Amino acid sequence: MAKSVKVYSTSTCPWCVRAKQFLKESHIEFQNLDVSADQLAADEMMAKTGQMGVPVLDIDGEIIIGFDKEKIKLALGL
Amino acid sequence: MHIYDLIIIGAGPAGITASVYAARKKLDFLVISLDIGGQAAWSGDIENYTGYQFITGPELAQKFQEHMLKYDTALKENEEVLEVKKIGEVILVKTNKADYQSRSVIIASGKKSKELGVAGEKEFKNRGLTYCATCDGPLFAGRDVAVIGGGNSALDAALQLVKIAKQVYLINNAVSLSADAIMRRKVEEAVNVTVLNNSLITAILGDKFVQAIKIKSASQEKELAVQGVFVEIGLVPNSALAKDVEKNSKNEISIDSSNQTNIAGIFAAGDVTDVSEKQIIIAAGEGSKAALSVFHYLSKNNFN
Repeated sequence: MAKSVKVYSTSTCPWCVRAKQFLKESHIEFQNLDVSADQLAADEMMAKTGQMGVPVLDIDGEIIIGFDKEKIKLALGL
Repeated sequence: MHIYDLIIIGAGPAGITASVYAARKKLDFLVISLDIGGQAAWSGDIENYTGYQFITGPELAQKFQEHMLKYDTALKENEEVLEVKKIGEVILVKTNKADYQSRSVIIASGKKSKELGVAGEKEFKNRGLTYCATCDGPLFAGRDVAVIGGGNSALDAALQLVKIAKQVYLINNAVSLSADAIMRRKVEEAVNVTVLNNSLITAILGDKFVQAIKIKSASQEKELAVQGVFVEIGLVPNSALAKDVEKNSKNEISIDSSNQTNIAGIFAAGDVTDVSEKQIIIAAGEGSKAALSVFHYLSKNNFN
């Protein structure tokens, strides 16, 4: 079964763009949460990570801070 | 081990342009970089790159990347070069993941943000303190923030933040702002920017996230309540990887007019070098020049 993937991001951050691009290229469906427009999502991200840096990926509950390709691959089983 | 013609270190404007030229010269080469786009990717609005009257940093970086990958260029991303060393006729490039060998190298590793060196900086990084207004600015909607610095990058950050934050304080450790007149005027015109000249940040305070900063001026030391701190006090070159290469007093790699360093086969381009101006378009031009110099160097020497 496909994993649930959430990406907390802003539209202006280059690493967010790259992370989302990587997921698209890998044909992974994800929910994009723009933390600059969605205060609830921002609070949720800060509660999960205790920090404000984007992107944050939530892959079936596994939290990855930043665009760490290797960790993302591992979490997705790619 | 395979010996490449060329290894390009860095994929900012200089490294990417070098890769385009290397691809068109059909060199056997590799690009190794931590990121794509370098500092250009973190820039706000760019209005001085010929051909684009207006483009944002992330967009220009995207265009650069597309141009590089058009040539099926071998790219090692998220990989950090730790050391470049010439041993005999071969240049060894050691990264955090592997070792590579090449006949020539272009170091285009750019610059990174200088740190403040004050109490609380490490603890509050990504907890309200950031070095990238473009990336993290939008998270501070409706809050009070401080930008540290008085040069072009500080004012660029402040001008990005005026549209997002409630109040922007510019904390400048000099008698006046050193940024370009056009940017100073924009800052003066903004209703929610307060410039504090002659002010030195001495500490960052908070619990889980930033709550205030301490600033010292001639007359007094005071606390200023802010939820965000944007550090824009300049840059340092990423030149530590090239131990044997000659550098100037600012740690920038010394190059001649054809981008050659003091070690034959090791070239450098862009902001990591002592080139007289640091601009996206200059870095790109330097990258192209370095790649052509490498091509001539490889043609002159008969490597097996």
